[in-house]
Amino acid sequence: MNDIVGALGDIFSSPAMYGSAVRLGVFLAFAALGELVAEKAGTINISVEGSLLAGALGGTMAYDLSGSTVLGLTAGAVAGVLVAMVAANMSHRLTADQFVVGITVNVLVLGLAGFLDATAGPLGGRAGVVTIPLLSRIPVIGQALFSQTWPTYLLYGLIPLTWWLLYRTRWGLEVRSAGENPQAADVSGVDVNGRRRQAIYYGGVLSGLGGAFLILGQVGSFDVGVVGGRGFIAIAAVYFGGWTLRGTLIGALLFGMADAFRLAVPVLGYQVNAQLLAALPYLLTLVVMYFITKRFVQPSALARPFVRGLR
Amino acid sequence: MSTDPVALPPDAPGLAGRDGGLYVLLLYMVSVGFALVISAGLVAVSGNAWGSVAEALVEGAFLAPGRWGETLAVATPILLVSLGMVVGVRAGFFNIGQEGQLLMGALAMALIGTRVAGSGPLLLMGGLALGAVAGGLYAGVAALMRFRRGVPEVISTLLLVFVAFQIVGFAITTDWFLRDLDPNRPSQAVTSAALPGSVRLPVMTVWGNEVTIGFFLALLGAGLAAFVLARTVFGFKLRLLGSNPKVAQQAGVSFGKAGATALFISGATAGLAGAVMLAAGASSARLTAGFSNEIGWQGLLVALLARNRPLLCIPVAILFAALRTGSGFLAATGVDRTVVDVVQALLVLALLVPPAVEFMRDRRRVSIAAQVAEPA
Repeated sequence: MNDIVGALGDIFSSPAMYGSAVRLGVFLAFAALGELVAEKAGTINISVEGSLLAGALGGTMAYDLSGSTVLGLTAGAVAGVLVAMVAANMSHRLTADQFVVGITVNVLVLGLAGFLDATAGPLGGRAGVVTIPLLSRIPVIGQALFSQTWPTYLLYGLIPLTWWLLYRTRWGLEVRSAGENPQAADVSGVDVNGRRRQAIYYGGVLSGLGGAFLILGQVGSFDVGVVGGRGFIAIAAVYFGGWTLRGTLIGALLFGMADAFRLAVPVLGYQVNAQLLAALPYLLTLVVMYFITKRFVQPSALARPFVRGLR
Repeated sequence: MSTDPVALPPDAPGLAGRDGGLYVLLLYMVSVGFALVISAGLVAVSGNAWGSVAEALVEGAFLAPGRWGETLAVATPILLVSLGMVVGVRAGFFNIGQEGQLLMGALAMALIGTRVAGSGPLLLMGGLALGAVAGGLYAGVAALMRFRRGVPEVISTLLLVFVAFQIVGFAITTDWFLRDLDPNRPSQAVTSAALPGSVRLPVMTVWGNEVTIGFFLALLGAGLAAFVLARTVFGFKLRLLGSNPKVAQQAGVSFGKAGATALFISGATAGLAGAVMLAAGASSARLTAGFSNEIGWQGLLVALLARNRPLLCIPVAILFAALRTGSGFLAATGVDRTVVDVVQALLVLALLVPPAVEFMRDRRRVSIAAQVAEPA
């Protein structure tokens, strides 16, 4: 028992652990922020998984062609929003079921990624680490938060931007009303399905950036399984956060930490069953979802399609 | 979706003469054509002749010796998975974790077949049954989370897939569990022991093609699913739940009970598919890390493409299986075999469009009719 406590202490006091927790958490946070906006508008957007993978693929290919991280991230965002546009228009213009659309889009992107990976063979690379002076000297968390590859810092800008969009603009109010009471919003002149589509586009941009960040800011090379269901963990982070911005970010960090824990244990020389470790992030997500989902009030029209005259 | 209880006057504009038939047909043709053109474009961009690609696909799926038997063998688990998906979706639940449930079924089959002593046929039956139960229980975890705590099954079932991969990984690397202990095992890769010959599904040879009994089992399943959904009280309850949960509950259909049953069934067919795959000798009748081989995803797509009609699942499953087995012959053309994954997904996506457009047209008609009906 003492051994376990000691080992956990060891792991949780290693700065490497926090560094990688932030990296993995940032990746999740990109997706989760976008997903939060989409869910506020009333969609459980499971195509976030596809957007992440498309972003990763697009980012890698653009980076290979141009050698520029900026272009890579841009291409990632474009790829992500393209996927989101397919999903959004299918489910909120044509009113096909959002889950059916999401699943299909995910499989399509997976197939495309496999095909392009085999045909074009993207390579990828990693952006340089930028250490912010002063801030990075904060003990324990300083290095983790402020000595990362530079795309990480994009997220620090996107957090207040998302908050402002969602809570301080007319657009955000309309988005939230589309998710809470689409009938009332519609009567007040809000283009409900339009707002829902736009919310998904926003999620697509962020997920695309997140996917590109995963390759260019973290892993360094593309693989078809690189996202591996973490789009769904990002959705879980939104649930964990009870549909609040702060909570969602905490959720993303928590799940990122589980991922980092998985990577840190073998590095520090501890022997834990490999399969148990690999399953840990998913298991933790499931357990957390079990205990947390009922705690919060979700947007009332979540996952309900809006067609005027039908409820 | 319910339609409005608006009494439609017979002479309402747009209602007279539903120009449906031709329009809908055209819509379908355009959608499928669009999907095929994109696919062909993809092949062309990668610098290959799509004509020879199509030829290789047909050759590999049906024409070359022994291939159509192989196609049917692949179609069997796909069809089984899709049937469960149909039952789930008809009741309004999206189980997208078939890949994991299939693995659980195969694991149960492997456990019975290689670790239990007994007579072959008995073990086979037991293994298949237990495989179905294992898959069902694995989906039951998601059902528990859904009906006890409101966790959407779309998320939990998918997360469980990744856990299932690790459970299988654990099983085949652990000596007391499923790892092949034979020191003369053929490959160095860790797998379970091969299912003994007596625990395999019987195979018939028809015109040089091997057809397993499993395929007929799956056909039977399709008929059963169609019958249960269309002609029984239980099936009616499920459909009611799927089309309008509120009405269903007012009519006395228990959301939790019927829903959990639907999810259990959708998992059980996936588990059965895994058990059948193993007993039919997939991957040398050994449980391996990548055993499921995306069959679960295929079945899910088949159900979507067949628009949740069990009997329609049969031809669609064979089509998807043909694309898969045909893709084995693509190497000669220089196109990567993953191109068929893209084709499949594009087809499904394209075929989502026509019914949605139809729905919108109908809605518009109803609202125009309603405006006319109301004296302004």
